Amino acid sequence: MLDGVESLLPQLPADKEIVVVCAKEGSSILVAEMLSEANTALSVSYLEGGMKAWSSYVEPIKVADLSGDGELYQFVRLGKGCLSYMVISDGEAAVIDAVRFTEVFTSFAAQKNVKIKHVFDTHLHADHISGGRAIAQSTGATYYLPPKDAEEVVFDYTPLEDGLTVQIGASKLEVGALYSPGHTIGSTSFIVDGTFLLTGDILFIDSIGRPDLAGLAEDWVGDLRETLYRRYRELTEELIVLPAHFMIMDELNEDGTAAKRLGDLLAENHGLNIKDEEQFRQLVTEHLPPQPHAYKQIRQVNMGKMTPDSDEQTEMEIGPNRCAVR
Amino acid sequence: MKVDKVIDVKGLACPMPIVRVKKAMDAVASGEVVEILVTDKGALADFPAWANAGGHIILDQTEDAGVFKFFIKKA
Repeated sequence: MLDGVESLLPQLPADKEIVVVCAKEGSSILVAEMLSEANTALSVSYLEGGMKAWSSYVEPIKVADLSGDGELYQFVRLGKGCLSYMVISDGEAAVIDAVRFTEVFTSFAAQKNVKIKHVFDTHLHADHISGGRAIAQSTGATYYLPPKDAEEVVFDYTPLEDGLTVQIGASKLEVGALYSPGHTIGSTSFIVDGTFLLTGDILFIDSIGRPDLAGLAEDWVGDLRETLYRRYRELTEELIVLPAHFMIMDELNEDGTAAKRLGDLLAENHGLNIKDEEQFRQLVTEHLPPQPHAYKQIRQVNMGKMTPDSDEQTEMEIGPNRCAVR
Repeated sequence: MKVDKVIDVKGLACPMPIVRVKKAMDAVASGEVVEILVTDKGALADFPAWANAGGHIILDQTEDAGVFKFFIKKA
């Protein structure tokens, strides 16, 4: 568009609002001005802060009331497709799969007048930088990681073992861990208040996790199969699945949450309905989508081996999350 | 290397470096060499892509203390 916008004009609808988007805002201002000058009938605006700002925007949405006076919130990072969670009960909170914008979680907790006591990561993330450790450090909360994913980490953490249960607040609202390997060898799900199943990057609304981001697809495909086709099937179908990502807007409900009954996913999700094990193995090890941008570096950051500044972190997280196979 | 024109866009943020460079390139003759000084890291991806699209040739590219230098020959 350096040479002008004339070639674009015939393709632009005059009856719709046009938003010009670029990486950091600068070019979109220039192009929006050019469009407005070229055709004053167009309604043109630009995205303030560009994709850089859009990618860092996080919206907390209430999923449900829990037993006692408990509440469950899903934090939707729209520009990146990351989903984080906060479980609140009686003045205490647990945070699960927090993204790196830690202030979103700590200020939300302050606003709700709750103290963050437990911080979990369902696995060592490869597509985005975790905010878990930083939140635990600033609040004094316990930080849990699955030990099988944490063999190389260079900081202290509390092992997130199968069957571990924490109780939130005086009403002892339960958050229980269920070992569910496959996306990574340590991947662990959570059952919250006996009602919600937080699947991390193992099961999404319209896709399943990919087993290759730590470089071991062939080794982990059996674990993924076992988790999706046995462990999850032993659970009650009434559980509501809450994943750690969404890939397409169709996966979101009308209220903006990504949440669906396990029984519905068992019936409808393509990745849960491949009878033939060999066909399943091929789906999750061959023809995989490209790996997330800088995923090896992101893993290093989440292990504490690299400490990039804020701009470098933004750069690493550019692009879609790509944690799924459809 | 014989440089016909030097363009200093240090300190400018995207999209101004590429806008200025395009204007300067329009003003030189085919085969002439332009030296560009730029600090915006976006230039590392933008300049080669832009040069490639226009058939210009990047003769050399260096970095010194955060200042990137491009030597581009006009198509």
